[in-house]
Amino acid sequence: MTVREVAVRAYREALPALGASLVGGLIAGVVLGGMRAELRAVPGLLVLVPALLATRGNVYGSFGARLATALHQGLIEPRISEADRRFAAAATAALANGILTSLFAAVAVFVILTTLGERVAPLPTLVGVALVAGILSGVALTAVVVSVVFAGYRKGHNPDTLVGPVVTTTGDVFGMLFLLTAVRVVFALGGGG
Amino acid sequence: MLPVLLALTLIELFSGLVLGGFEEDLLRSPSLLVLVPVTIGTAGNLGSILAARLSTSFHLGTLSFAPDDDELVGNAVATVALALTVFPVIGAGAWLLTALVGSTRLPVTTVIAVAVAAGAALAVLAVVVTLVTTFVAYRFGLDPDDVVIPVVTNVCDVLGVLVLFGAIRLFVG
Repeated sequence: MTVREVAVRAYREALPALGASLVGGLIAGVVLGGMRAELRAVPGLLVLVPALLATRGNVYGSFGARLATALHQGLIEPRISEADRRFAAAATAALANGILTSLFAAVAVFVILTTLGERVAPLPTLVGVALVAGILSGVALTAVVVSVVFAGYRKGHNPDTLVGPVVTTTGDVFGMLFLLTAVRVVFALGGGG
Repeated sequence: MLPVLLALTLIELFSGLVLGGFEEDLLRSPSLLVLVPVTIGTAGNLGSILAARLSTSFHLGTLSFAPDDDELVGNAVATVALALTVFPVIGAGAWLLTALVGSTRLPVTTVIAVAVAAGAALAVLAVVVTLVTTFVAYRFGLDPDDVVIPVVTNVCDVLGVLVLFGAIRLFVG
C-alpha cells in the first residue's frame, strides 16, 4: 500500500470512534464547567480530576478487554443470568482496583499540595469524595461495559472494537457526573470542613 | 495490575498539578474548562489508536522503523489529519455548549483557535511518543500491545494538559 492508501484507511477507521468519544468528552466538560462552585469549595479537586478520569479508563478498559477475551475463548456466556464466578471475580477485582487507586490519588493530592504549601481541602473530604465517586462510577461502568459487550457480542460485533470507544465515552461522562454527585454527598454528610 | 495503576496515577497527578496551576484562568472562562476533559481524552485516543495500529503492523511483520516506511508515514499523516478534523469541532462544540448552559466570556474564534492549536501540537507529540515507545518496547523484546497503549494514553494525557496550558497562554494570555 502507498502512504496515501495507508493514511486514508487509518483515517476512515479511526474517525467514528474518535467522534463518539468527542461527544462524551464534551458532555464531561460541560459537567466540569458546571461544577465551578464545587471546584472552588474543594481546593485540590481539579488536581484530582485527570487521575480519576484516567483510572476509570485504565481499570474498565482492561476489564472490558478481559471480558471480550473470555467471550472469544468461550469461558463465559454472553448472558448476565449465566454469569459465573469467574466473571464475578473479574468484576469485583475491577471495582476494588478502581476504588483503591482513587483513594491513593486523593491521599497523594493532599500530601503533594500540603508539601508545596498550596491550599487544599481536608484529607477526609478528598478521600470521601474519591471513595463515593469510585464506588458509584465503578458500579455504573461495570453495568455499561457488561451490557454493551454482551449485547454487541450476541449481535455479532467484535467486542474488542466496542470496548475502547464505550469505555472512553461513558468513562468520562460517568466519571465527571459521579464526581459532582460525590462532592454533594460528602458536603451533605458534613464532610465539607 | 494495582502497581501499574498506582504508577499511572502518579503520572496523571502531574497533569493535575499543571491544571491546578492555571485553575483561576479556567474558572474564569468556563468554555476553557469544558475543553479540558475532551482535549485530554482525544490526545490519549489519537495516541492509543496509532499505537494499536502500529503494534498490529509490527506483529504482522509489515512495519519497519525506517523514516520512509509506508505504514509508519501513512499512520502518522492520518493522526495529524484526524486531529485537524476533530479539534475545530471540539472548540466550536465547547463554546456552543457553554453558551447554551450559561454564559461565555471568550469569543468563539478564540476557543476554536485554542482547540486547533492544542490539537495540532498534540497530534505531532502523540506520533513522536508512540513511535519512541513502540521502538523502545521492540528493542527490549516487550510485546507492544501490553506496554505501549497504557504508556502512550497516560503520557498523552499529561501532554494534553501541558499543551492546552500553552495554547491558552498564547491566545488568551
